[in-house]
Amino acid sequence: MNNIIEVKNISYQYPSSETKALDNLSLSIAKGEWVAIIGHNGSGKSTLAKLLNYLLVADEGEIIVDGQVVNEANMWQVRNKIGMVFQNPENQFVGATVADDVAFGLENRGIDRAEMLKLVPAALKEVQMDAFADREPTHLSGGQKQRVALAGIIAVAPKIIILDEATAMLDPKGRQEVIAAIRKLKHQLGAELTVLSITHDIDEAADADRIIVINDGQMVDEGTPAEIFSVGPRLLELGLDVPFAEQLKAALRQLNVPVPTEYLDEERLVTWLWQLNSKM
Amino acid sequence: MSNMIIGRYVPGNSIIHRLDPRAKLILSVSFIILIFLANSWLGYLILGLFTLLAVASTKISLAIYLKGLKPVLWLIVFTIILQLFFSPAGHVYLAFGPFMITNTGIINAVYVFLRFLFIILMSTVLTLTTQPLALADALEYLMKPLLKVKFPVYELSLMLAIALRFVPTLMDETVKVMNAQRARGVDFASGSIVKRSKAIVPILIPLFVGAIQRAIDLGDAMEARGYQGGENRTKYRVLAWHRRDSLAVLIFIGVLVVLIATRFLI
Repeated sequence: MNNIIEVKNISYQYPSSETKALDNLSLSIAKGEWVAIIGHNGSGKSTLAKLLNYLLVADEGEIIVDGQVVNEANMWQVRNKIGMVFQNPENQFVGATVADDVAFGLENRGIDRAEMLKLVPAALKEVQMDAFADREPTHLSGGQKQRVALAGIIAVAPKIIILDEATAMLDPKGRQEVIAAIRKLKHQLGAELTVLSITHDIDEAADADRIIVINDGQMVDEGTPAEIFSVGPRLLELGLDVPFAEQLKAALRQLNVPVPTEYLDEERLVTWLWQLNSKM
Repeated sequence: MSNMIIGRYVPGNSIIHRLDPRAKLILSVSFIILIFLANSWLGYLILGLFTLLAVASTKISLAIYLKGLKPVLWLIVFTIILQLFFSPAGHVYLAFGPFMITNTGIINAVYVFLRFLFIILMSTVLTLTTQPLALADALEYLMKPLLKVKFPVYELSLMLAIALRFVPTLMDETVKVMNAQRARGVDFASGSIVKRSKAIVPILIPLFVGAIQRAIDLGDAMEARGYQGGENRTKYRVLAWHRRDSLAVLIFIGVLVVLIATRFLI
């Protein structure tokens, strides 16, 4: 069995809401895959993330994480396998200092202190925050706080990392720092780490192996970034953005420049523009 | 709020800074009891020297301590005046109506002033040299015996640690909300008391709602990171008792013995 996450016919409705946040949703994620889930606000992305580690309980359907059914009996085992970075950097910072916050997950698992003293600095080094170990959260930027949150997850070495709009509240620089840290981590761990990135940042989604598009609690599309982005206008209809290269192509098309129909990332677009120039 | 000195930590590396927070907490509480043992000039002299020694060894400028005295100054003055004018015993120097200044009155006033001064200086020494977090750790350690009577020591200390960590965050948010409401024309500084208290509502409600949202988010994040309650947790941060802490306790006991001697033998 190769799928680390399997979601079968999940439905969920918030008590205060009249419509279902997730409606009969099924999807699966292979071990070692980097999947981006995109969708506009209120499409049910974050609900899905919380269902995966039993912070919310599904009304119908079944979720299997790494061979285990997610239910009340084994929620703590499942939570051990999943590390989550939430949206608001301020609200998920538990510790009084950076080192305390990274140690929080280890303390919960009853790890020996001698072991913690090795794991905490190593995890901080991984996200390049080792110089900030004794800082308090008020003295950190949003991007730095999210990197600390990531370090707290690296320390407990989960099999799956879920980024629940982890870069949504950051400035462009902080966003790049966080994405770079995750990319580096994924590169090191390879197939041992599965990344599920929930986002509406289209550039972040372009990094993924596969993109799943969710709209009103249902999956409307899935495929590689190239496949998804080549249907640009449809993404705009769903209230999503398209990558910069696609925007440029659309603008060129309006000026009657014959542009290729398939998706190009920025580098390939630059190459294509060079060639176009040399032909004229 | 910026001239509040209580709870403000001044980083440093003096001997007092490096003392174990448990030692500092116990000693400063005991010091308050110790003060009431002194009843003669000699006793107050010894206490004064001890306090000055503690203040000097923190290596923090005296101006910061004096700033700490300011907010309680009116209280000190008020008590001194009461002592000075309403002590109807001893030799009377001056009398007009029910007010009289007597020698016991003067002596009592000076004693009360000194007591206030010593207590405030010593508690300022504690808060200036100890990080709030270290104090929370010390408190947790000292509450541990209460576990036997099923008191939720771990939960309480976690709440304390989280509360301390969110104080600056909530302060920032308060300022933001206030400025946002000011920009929309809410006036906080003028009008009658009723009008001013009504102006507080547009600050309080967003703050409460924000705090609840924070609590929900934090709870989710803590559970996602495997927090199951205080039992079976290990601790990253531990307190270490050094020889200098024992030495501090010994010096304190020395002062105590001398004080008792001056009280009962002389």
